[in-house]
Amino acid sequence: MAPLLMIERLRPLAESAIKEGLAAEFGHVEANTNTGISNTKLAMWIFLASECLLFGGLITTYLLYKTPLTIEQGPAPKQVYDIPFTSVSSFVLLMSSLTMVLAVAAIERGDHHRLRTWLAGTALLGGTFIAGQIYEFTAFKSEGMGYTTSRSSSAFYTLTGFHGVHVTVGIIMLVSLLLLSLRGRLPEHRAETVEVVGLYWHFVDVVWIVIFAVVYLIP
Amino acid sequence: MALVEPGPLAITSGEDTSDFTPLGVFARPVKPRAPWRAWLFTVDHKKIGIMYGAAAMFFFIIGGSEALLIRAQLWAPRGTLLSAELYNQVFTMHGTTMVFLVVMPIGAAFANYLMPLQIGARDVAFPRINAFSFWAFLAGGLFLNSSWLFGGGADGGWFMYAPNSGVLFSPGHGIDFWNLGLIITGIASLTGAVNLIVTVLNLRCPGMSLMRMPIFTWMTLVTQFLLLFAIPVLTAAQFLLMFDRLFGANFFNVKSGGNPLLWEHLFWVFGHPEVYLMILPAFGLVSEILPVFARKPIFGYPFIVFSGIAIGFMGWGVWAHHMFVSGIGPISVTTFSLTTMFIAVPTGVKILNWTATMWGGKLKFTTPMLFSIGLVAMFTIGGLSGVTHSVAPADTQQTDTYYIVAHFHYVLFGGAFLGFMGGMYFFWPKAFGYLLNEALGKTNFWLMLLGFNLTFGPMHILGLQGMSRRIYTYDAGYGFEIWNKVATIGAFTLASSVALFLFNIFYSRAKAKNLPAPGPDPWDARTIEWMIPSPVPEYNYDPIPTVTRIDDFWYRKYEETPDHRLVRTHTTEEVCQTGDSTGVHLPSPSYWPIVLAFGLPLVAYGLIYTLWLSMLGGLVVVAAIYGWALESPDAPGGAHGGHDDHHEPDSGGEADPSLEAGVDATGGAVSESDPSTDDGAVADDREVETVG
Repeated sequence: MAPLLMIERLRPLAESAIKEGLAAEFGHVEANTNTGISNTKLAMWIFLASECLLFGGLITTYLLYKTPLTIEQGPAPKQVYDIPFTSVSSFVLLMSSLTMVLAVAAIERGDHHRLRTWLAGTALLGGTFIAGQIYEFTAFKSEGMGYTTSRSSSAFYTLTGFHGVHVTVGIIMLVSLLLLSLRGRLPEHRAETVEVVGLYWHFVDVVWIVIFAVVYLIP
Repeated sequence: MALVEPGPLAITSGEDTSDFTPLGVFARPVKPRAPWRAWLFTVDHKKIGIMYGAAAMFFFIIGGSEALLIRAQLWAPRGTLLSAELYNQVFTMHGTTMVFLVVMPIGAAFANYLMPLQIGARDVAFPRINAFSFWAFLAGGLFLNSSWLFGGGADGGWFMYAPNSGVLFSPGHGIDFWNLGLIITGIASLTGAVNLIVTVLNLRCPGMSLMRMPIFTWMTLVTQFLLLFAIPVLTAAQFLLMFDRLFGANFFNVKSGGNPLLWEHLFWVFGHPEVYLMILPAFGLVSEILPVFARKPIFGYPFIVFSGIAIGFMGWGVWAHHMFVSGIGPISVTTFSLTTMFIAVPTGVKILNWTATMWGGKLKFTTPMLFSIGLVAMFTIGGLSGVTHSVAPADTQQTDTYYIVAHFHYVLFGGAFLGFMGGMYFFWPKAFGYLLNEALGKTNFWLMLLGFNLTFGPMHILGLQGMSRRIYTYDAGYGFEIWNKVATIGAFTLASSVALFLFNIFYSRAKAKNLPAPGPDPWDARTIEWMIPSPVPEYNYDPIPTVTRIDDFWYRKYEETPDHRLVRTHTTEEVCQTGDSTGVHLPSPSYWPIVLAFGLPLVAYGLIYTLWLSMLGGLVVVAAIYGWALESPDAPGGAHGGHDDHHEPDSGGEADPSLEAGVDATGGAVSESDPSTDDGAVADDREVETVG
């Protein structure tokens, strides 16, 4: 009984701590909603939860089809990987998360100049990653692993291709934000727009960490 | 914390527009010239809900006709009405239509219409996304059914097992239409799920804590979470199949080691939660109807809620019971046998609660009540035959027989659809301002119950006798003849009961002119949606109510005396809103949701026939997304300028969705994507570009 009572006593304390923590976590100012999280941000979180299942399905598929059925059916993805190259492009993508955070921080400070710099930087880093992916795909193709070569090649290109499309969509959103900002249509009270795009961007990065680990690194 | 002012992230509507000139290409269609335009460009959740219902009834007639074709073909041994090929297409399209274009959208219709009313909101969180969800569902459904005009429907069964779904075994385009059509309706479901979840979590009126929400709203929330997580799995599987069929990938190509089990797992990981997300809205409706006509509060509110949540969770752990004969091994079979038995528990809890709600009540056998009792009884039969499937040795005998067909029609028609019928009779006056005729309604119920049991009852026997499903004919002499004849007679009885329902709608509307209006509360109901006028005014509530307990509206009318008797303290007129408010700010209509939605099938046709068309569709989609994101939040001089002057019950909870709409309309982030390659991306655009 005693521990329970203690918990009861500690509860208000804990609740206020959690509330502050949440406020720090979710956008600093409580929106005027039941949860205190604005509709758009909550929607993005919920949507990203759904995306986990999409990538979950594709990653499962890849794991099932890691190797071609027979060696005659072309090289396995892990025979053509260029780990140092992909490590560098992964690093580039991860750095883009940092610039994204800086962009959000900039608009929250009202620093529009920096906002534009960091948005452009993030888009550029993302673009570099995509360019790397295109290069990688072309290289794999020339080594005899086309999309229809084997079950593993289909699974590999589909999974990484889906991720690439997600990054591309993110880049388009970033560029659109940049253009809006240049036209003065992104005042700081709309900082949350940048933040929500940032959520998406970080999610795409996290998915890449999983893909890079599961698909490329784990033998 | 370096934020500037605690400045409104959710801006007050209208406030922001003066800063800049909106870039919208067109002004928003605020004052539609013709009435049909008011529907086409509407963002009103009530109109969208009604359109969901109407579209679902349209598809119900199509799917029902397909069912009648099946039954006519099976009337006698060696039937010749349909060829084997055509029969395959007809039963596939029947299943697909009924699941994706009838039961799910009717659930969406009720969710859209009722849920915002039940939580005391003005609209959903993202009104334009709501409109998009509907139009995308309709576009996908029409696209799917257009396959009949382009060489025939899909022919692999609604579960579309690999490798039967490959080009080798199904060279026509039917399966491509199935694939792409369902990807489009999947986008619709996903955007709808995000929208409705945010609405329930964020837009409840003051005092409406989660455990005071009406049960239908709870079930909607669970359903939408199921959709949120189930749909992407199906979408992933369908992309794999699409790449196989259209671009020569090797996912289900057996020659390259494609594994048919992969499809089965992905499909049923989606497919079993799907079953629950079809039935839970009907459970919610019944939980609304039974207490009203039993004149008692629902028995064990928290139990009903938590059993619904439990079903939602456990629904993820039973999928492989669809695959007992696919060779998944004894350990998997045992595990899924056990989980399947366990999931009967929360369902049984619900049945117990409904029975106990009726126990000792002053039952009034109105049409909605009859349908609800019908659900409880018929679903129990279907549930029990479901438990027999969980016994794997028995299931091995039942698999692919008519016993299975009998089971899932008992849960989906006897369960979900009877619940929806009850819901329609119950909420019809709220939505349309007139009651459906009771005498016709009761005839409708008994005819439907009779026809339903005649159709699907005999299938238990046929199945146990060994008649296989999905086979276009059978031979004489196995004892199948008599029960097939009964089932066919039953199917046509069922069809006539549906016709009677449609007749009742028009008949009652014609008669309603001479009858007194039903008023806001014709059933002496319990939840707050009955305290506003019927039909519901465009702005729902004004002022926004403050809720103090479960069944709040009931306790505005009745009070409990110290000796536990209920006495009526207020008349309905005293507690209901009058609906004469003016100047309530509402989200403006928009062209873009429908444009965006109908760009998607263009992309899909292009993928099948010529990629040029896809490019065109892609352009439409991109243009619509940018138009959407950049259009002005409000049309200046619209019909609803001014601010609402009395909806203030200081909103700890209330967030006027119109404000959100204003915010989302000015949303800055825009993006484009090609849905032909990535539906996830499209969906997330929907999120992001509404960011305010």
